Amino acid sequence: MTTTTTELATPLSAGVILPDKLAHLNHKAQAIRRDIVTMVFHANSGHIGGSLSATELLVALYYGIMRHDPKHPQWRERDRFILSKGHCTPVLYAVLADCGYFPKEDLACFRRPGSHLQGHPYQPKTPGVEASTGTLGLGLSTALGMALGAKLRGHSHYYYVLCGDGEMQEGQIWEAAMFGHKYALENVIAFVDRNRLQTDGNTEEVMPLDPLGAKWRAFGWNTFEIDGHDISQIIKTVQQAKACEGKPIMILANTVKGKGVSFMENRAEWHSGPPNPVEYECAMKELHDAV
Amino acid sequence: MQFKQTRQGYVDALIELAREYPNLVVLDTDVAMATKTCDFQKAFPDRFFNCGIQEQNLLSVAAGLALEGFIPFATTFGVFATCRAGDQLRNSIAYPKANVKVAATHCGSSTGGDGASHQANEDIAIARSFPSMTVLVPGDYEEAKQATKAAAKFKGPVYLRFGREAYPVVEEIHGAFTIGKAKVLRDGRDVTIITTGIMVSEGLKAADALKEKGHSARVIHMPTVKPLDTEVLLQAASQTRGIVTAEEHSILGGLGEAVAGFLAEGCPTCVLRVGVNDIFGESGTAEELLNLHGLRAKNIVEKALAILKDTD
Repeated sequence: MTTTTTELATPLSAGVILPDKLAHLNHKAQAIRRDIVTMVFHANSGHIGGSLSATELLVALYYGIMRHDPKHPQWRERDRFILSKGHCTPVLYAVLADCGYFPKEDLACFRRPGSHLQGHPYQPKTPGVEASTGTLGLGLSTALGMALGAKLRGHSHYYYVLCGDGEMQEGQIWEAAMFGHKYALENVIAFVDRNRLQTDGNTEEVMPLDPLGAKWRAFGWNTFEIDGHDISQIIKTVQQAKACEGKPIMILANTVKGKGVSFMENRAEWHSGPPNPVEYECAMKELHDAV
Repeated sequence: MQFKQTRQGYVDALIELAREYPNLVVLDTDVAMATKTCDFQKAFPDRFFNCGIQEQNLLSVAAGLALEGFIPFATTFGVFATCRAGDQLRNSIAYPKANVKVAATHCGSSTGGDGASHQANEDIAIARSFPSMTVLVPGDYEEAKQATKAAAKFKGPVYLRFGREAYPVVEEIHGAFTIGKAKVLRDGRDVTIITTGIMVSEGLKAADALKEKGHSARVIHMPTVKPLDTEVLLQAASQTRGIVTAEEHSILGGLGEAVAGFLAEGCPTCVLRVGVNDIFGESGTAEELLNLHGLRAKNIVEKALAILKDTD
């Protein structure tokens, strides 16, 4: 199912979400999940766990929040999305393809030589990708630079950023936190995909992050905490965030790594790596049955 | 002889450029007094952004500004631009070909008293190893201005290398500046001296000394280390008996290795390198350290004579 341009360029107003629209978006999230699992299965590598945890966040952003036009990816007034947790390209590419930024068949070439769908986002090659990211910590700073530029020009669009929770261990994230506060970049609305798992295990065992919201508030950001799988709550919270002035926003989205596939949920080993053929069939069956 | 700082040339050029390019902005990392961008800040306070002591954030923020159509000049010390923020230089700037100009000051041994921790002797090697990076190493104040202006006009990532000291002003290099083009300062038949950065004055002195001994030395100044002016190199390799390179940088990965690497495949020639050997520096005056590391005209002459002796 391909979404129309008109639908994409017109975000939902004031957090009013009709039940059938919500059902449509939840349905779409499951379709995106099937694309994610399929891409990683065919590529025989890639990051499933953190893509599945972020699926509702991207669906809410691209279909319910952001002003953008896939037919005009360079439209100056578009809202921008920057994937700071750059390894989660499966969810980004699946959503961009569904929006119509490039043909859905391209997803079959994910991580293949010559493909524009690199393992980590590469802005010069992929329509809809706003910034090249990959090594953790770069994306938030890049988004702040972009947001500063927009502010200097008096533009009013927003910069949405998705960070990983493990990414919060990078020092550059806290450099960016200070910078965003100093320049009062209220046009930045960032999320942390708080699935509490990173490659080597639980974030609180590998390198504790809590109290994460208090840290961001101490650095001068406005914070919200939400259920990152509740599309309605994501959209309403962004509406509230836009009403805040003078500070950048960090939304802590509590999520489940591997969400939607029972044997992947809350398992750090599904941070990266492909399912085998049996696992793939099981995952696809669960994702179909859930619709 | 007049002495002026290349970092001052950089900032003087920025102030001139700011009128021509309304999208030019300057960023620094709490070293604006040292890099001289404080002068730009005074002239254009709304177009100057101090990132504090955040070199990694500096380069990624600059990449973001470039994505929005600005021409950011991200300014910090050479050790920070290439080592502290090497990942950001590579992945935020070089890889996506961001139109960011990374201006690195306090490069080379002549940084002086701060010691090895602050003497960037590896920065050319790091910057030139990244695909899509252009690497400019001007030789004096005026050429620093030229290089800065050329970088602003050029679309794509540029690494600009400046020093701390006041260095000799070298009239011979003030001709037209084109990225990728070397400047042939003296013609010669016996041996070729190739310099980059502040070593140009030592290279010219060395040529004079060789002339007194009856040898004709060609002097080529290469303010662009990447891309190399290969045409000039091939001519020098085929028309003279060998090449001495001179740079205020490690002999590993800098101008010397770039020249030797190209010629080994293109026109095998004896290439001897004057530069900092594979050791860290130490504190001292610029004068003391240039002597200590053998970055003097007499060191160039010694190597040139060795080539001439071997090829007799």
